Amino acid sequence: MSEGVANNIVMTVRDLRIELDPSGTEIDDEVSFELHQGEVLGLVGESASGKTTAATALLNFQRRGARIGSGLIEIAGKSVLTSSGSALRQLRGGVISYVPQDPGSALNPALRIGRQLREILIAHSFGSGDAERTERVKEMMAEVLLPSDREFLRRYPHQLSGGQQQRVTLAMAFACRPSVIVLDEPTTGLDVTTQAHVLDTIRVLTRSHHVAAVYVTHDLAVVANLVDRVAVMYAGRVVEIGSKNELFGGASHPYTRRLLAAIPTIAGSRVLRGIPGFAPPLGRRPAGCPFAPRCDQAIDRCRASMPPETRVNAEHHVRCWRAEEVAHLPAVGGDAGEDEAREAVGEEEIVAVRGVTAWYASLEVLHDIDITVRPHQCLALVGESGSGKTTLARCIAGLHPFKIVGDIAFEGSPLPRGARQRPIPIRRAIQYVFQNPYSSLHPRKTIAQILSQPLTIFFDLSRDQREQRLSRILGLVALDDSLLGRYPDQLSGGERQRVAIARALAAEPKVLVCDEVTSWLDVSVQAAIIELLVKLQNEMGLSMLFVTHNLALVRSIAQEVAVMSEGRIVEYGEVDEVLANPQADYTRQLLSDTPTIESVTA
Amino acid sequence: MSGTEPQASDPRLYGLGLELSEEGIGTSFEEVPAPRTQGARRRREWVQLLRDALRYRRTQVGLGLAGFIVFIAALGPLLAPHSPYIFIGAPFDAPSAIARLGTDNLGRDVLSRVLYGGRSVLTLALLATAIGMILGVSFGLFAGYARDTIDDAIMRLLDVLLAFPQIVFVLLLVSVLGPRLWLIVLCVGLTHAPRIARVTRGAALEVKERDFVKAAESLGVSRLKILSGEILPMITSPLLVEFGLRLTYSIGLIAALSFLGFGLQPPSADWGLMINENRIGLVIQPYSVFVPVVLIAVLTIGVNLATDGLARAMIGIERDTGA
Amino acid sequence: MGLAKLVLRRLALGVLTLFLVSLVVFGATQALTGDTARAILGKEATPERLTTLREQLGLNRSKTTQYLSWLKGVTVGDLGTSLAQGTSVTSALSFRLRNSAVLVLVAALISVPLSILIGAWSAYRRDRPFDVSHSIVSLTLASLPEFVIGILLIILLSTQVFHIFPAISRIPSGSSAWNQPDRLVLPVLALVLSVQPYISRILRASMIDVLESDYIQMARLKGLKEWTVVAWHALPNGLAPAVQATAISLAWLAGGVVVIEYLFAFPGIGSLYVDAIANRDLPVVQAITMIIAALYIGLNLVADIITILISPRLRTSLR
Repeated sequence: MSEGVANNIVMTVRDLRIELDPSGTEIDDEVSFELHQGEVLGLVGESASGKTTAATALLNFQRRGARIGSGLIEIAGKSVLTSSGSALRQLRGGVISYVPQDPGSALNPALRIGRQLREILIAHSFGSGDAERTERVKEMMAEVLLPSDREFLRRYPHQLSGGQQQRVTLAMAFACRPSVIVLDEPTTGLDVTTQAHVLDTIRVLTRSHHVAAVYVTHDLAVVANLVDRVAVMYAGRVVEIGSKNELFGGASHPYTRRLLAAIPTIAGSRVLRGIPGFAPPLGRRPAGCPFAPRCDQAIDRCRASMPPETRVNAEHHVRCWRAEEVAHLPAVGGDAGEDEAREAVGEEEIVAVRGVTAWYASLEVLHDIDITVRPHQCLALVGESGSGKTTLARCIAGLHPFKIVGDIAFEGSPLPRGARQRPIPIRRAIQYVFQNPYSSLHPRKTIAQILSQPLTIFFDLSRDQREQRLSRILGLVALDDSLLGRYPDQLSGGERQRVAIARALAAEPKVLVCDEVTSWLDVSVQAAIIELLVKLQNEMGLSMLFVTHNLALVRSIAQEVAVMSEGRIVEYGEVDEVLANPQADYTRQLLSDTPTIESVTA
Repeated sequence: MSGTEPQASDPRLYGLGLELSEEGIGTSFEEVPAPRTQGARRRREWVQLLRDALRYRRTQVGLGLAGFIVFIAALGPLLAPHSPYIFIGAPFDAPSAIARLGTDNLGRDVLSRVLYGGRSVLTLALLATAIGMILGVSFGLFAGYARDTIDDAIMRLLDVLLAFPQIVFVLLLVSVLGPRLWLIVLCVGLTHAPRIARVTRGAALEVKERDFVKAAESLGVSRLKILSGEILPMITSPLLVEFGLRLTYSIGLIAALSFLGFGLQPPSADWGLMINENRIGLVIQPYSVFVPVVLIAVLTIGVNLATDGLARAMIGIERDTGA
Repeated sequence: MGLAKLVLRRLALGVLTLFLVSLVVFGATQALTGDTARAILGKEATPERLTTLREQLGLNRSKTTQYLSWLKGVTVGDLGTSLAQGTSVTSALSFRLRNSAVLVLVAALISVPLSILIGAWSAYRRDRPFDVSHSIVSLTLASLPEFVIGILLIILLSTQVFHIFPAISRIPSGSSAWNQPDRLVLPVLALVLSVQPYISRILRASMIDVLESDYIQMARLKGLKEWTVVAWHALPNGLAPAVQATAISLAWLAGGVVVIEYLFAFPGIGSLYVDAIANRDLPVVQAITMIIAALYIGLNLVADIITILISPRLRTSLR
């Protein structure tokens, strides 16, 4: 492919199609892009976009249950999809390598890491003897900033931290100097700080070795500083692809535009706008443009047929019938100047935590905590995993089973430790929304049954009254009555979380404790839930305690913020103040490590 | 292997772990799972399970086989040409017009004795399994949801029972009290209980940690209500599978006990007993041994097949509902 | 907690369980019977015979004393006197114990490697002909009670169909089972066929889990040879869950011998057990029950320890 060499194209993907096996239902189709040497391409998509299957397809691999239907993938002149047997093995790890999403489960728990590092060298005939390979392993480890002494190499994966495990997989990926690296959401599940370090490492390695990379992610903010180009996927198709600056500056596809508006920012508009509805699941994609049902720019033509790929310029392609007009629309949402003035922080207290120390079994996990939740306002608790933020939230909600020392007061009176010991009016007043919408709703109960539980416990209602109440509660969270007879597995993640919020609202609480309620949701769905919570707070005068690990998110929902680290509060104050002038080192570090797209869009 | 069995009673182990590819995708792909039932139909977990299980050929075959044997056992006495106790010929006569399957070691009609001989095994096995399930599930649930110390204590006690192979424990008590039927049923049930308790406890422990149980706790729901309302509905499937499994073992155990001479006593007609009584004449008149052997075999195979179908259906449901 | 300490702890637990088991055994046999002597001699016994027997058995002492003296006897190897034969239980047992040991050992040595191979291959060649046919066969075998398997074997190989093996395994007293291999074949085969389906299916299930795991996917994506992936990456992880199940299946053999030995008239402790129960020979019953329970507990202990040794996660947490 002389043309490819001239343009420095390292990998070509044409019309890649991946299907379910054996039904043939489409997962991805018509996926096409080119990768230049040394370039990082971000492959961005939310749930059901098909990005992960596209990622492994680049190595001609699919899990049981899926197969590659058709298409062309060429790397450095070799065709990947027609390779098999030893030729394919040569490619994998040698020419194109893979960095997994969850290093904890991608490293063999029964083998020492030194062994796992070495075997990729052996498999690709690197070096002519043990000595050379040992040297190379040392080099590999140094590149990813890990120790390479014998003791460390003799460890098993479970003896490494999450960040260290991911570095090991990075080392393995770069070991044989491949032409292309595929990174599959490699920082999911890592702390913000660790994530920042790992991204740094990736950036350094790709630049210094001129390796091209495909970085699969659902979080545009994470890749904003890493990628050169972005390909946006929706419902199995690439809907827009172009340079980072072009896309972030003014996208041509309505979905990209809305996605950008849903990302929390440190300095931009506070208001997050979600995308109504949810992505179509496999096998239920509509005819025509898959985004049309949720698109605010859709016309009849969009619903009728799938738009073809059109060029905006040489680098920038988009699949939208109305791309021209969309490109000239103003950005969704305003800028910071257009935001409403933030409410002043009051002086009253509805939940007061003073000098609280808590244990988990025999380990002290919270040390001398003082926080206050003010009526009708929201306090955000921010911290990484292990900071104690969830423990604190559970203490307030009465869900912490171990010893607690100190005062927790509600409306001036001491709060009994366990939920069961609290009198009914108090139990009603403080409600908790769990993090994981996939496990907080009973799989064998209908939505009506789930929502009726608090109603039955807290109120004495006739059947008619209860049905009315159910309807009203669903309406509060913008859900339809038709969901009442369904089961949780028939709902999307966003819908389930709304039901979880509705369950909390059913008790007519005064205080809502939200524990990382958006961590399991896509960015656009997260934005919609935040929108909902803000609306509820304004309309119902709820007081809120909002737990999260994302400092940028805090701006959109809270008036005050408490930053936690290792069981202590390291900073506490009004949100704008803390973000503008962080006092504690930890806060400063957290702020700089939190990925944002502002450096690009500013 | 019907005396005792692996403690690792993960129902998947009895199922073949094969997944129908159509439904076998689940969590590998980012998708909202397609609904298994449309609309607002009320779904009872175990009804769903049974319905799904029936779609597998193995369940259909299993139920057919088992059903056939149950039919013979239940209605046998009505169809028997002779009484099982009278002598109609010389010992070990070959099959003839009066005795279609020949005669047994005392000259009684094999066909009639076979038709009468199934009820005992079936009823005793069902009773024993029922007793085991009631005891085992109660202990298991209680241990699973109680505090650690109580949980430990209960399981230690049950461990002592578990130190005996099932048949050894039953025989131990038989040696003292003699071959009473009620004793056999009780003992077999007792030996099932700790094993069932383990499975129940394991399942309950896993469910207990889920957020929806914590959500109920945060509402102040009582412990008993949580057990019955939140936890029990989640474990009906594995328990149903466990029941099927235990039934297979019960049948084997009770037939074996009769075979050893400690179950039903002569002159009763019982398949296990018949096998033992007639094996001296195996070379001369094989039917007297062969027919009851085949009947027991078909029964156990049928029950086990059906249970296997249940187990596979259960995996399917768990996968789809993310439970 | 070091490995040695862990082993000791488990050992102590095992001994405690054995102790409780002895209580149950003694309680069931001696304490349950209202009048042991009468139960043994029957309703027609004369008062003199009853008194003599009671003295002989030491039944006029308190239950606790009886228990402690029995327990003491057990620990030193004096298991009492057989009521049926009048000889010491220990001497009656030793010959039989050797035979049963041979039977069980041979069965175990055959079934374990065989099951592992079959299970692993089934998992690797999932849904292919071998797997499917093996599934059917193992499902069938696993359903059948062991004596049914035994009888079918007899019908097949000894009598009706082929006449290869003897149906009865009577071994002349004095010579051991080892010297009469053809007498061993059918009982061993019956035991192997009873146990193999279980171990295979468990291994198959755990191997399937392993083969679907992320780290196996990763190994393939690193370009490793298939043989390396299966033998060095998959198998070590797949074996661990199977160890427990294997030990338990083997422990089952301890109980399975009872029926199989009776069926084949094999002179081991199983058939002795059945005789003793029929004769209400309580000392023998107690002794054999204790032996079987000890074997059961011992095998579980070994399984726990091997599981810990195999799993790096558990091993390293010991430091």
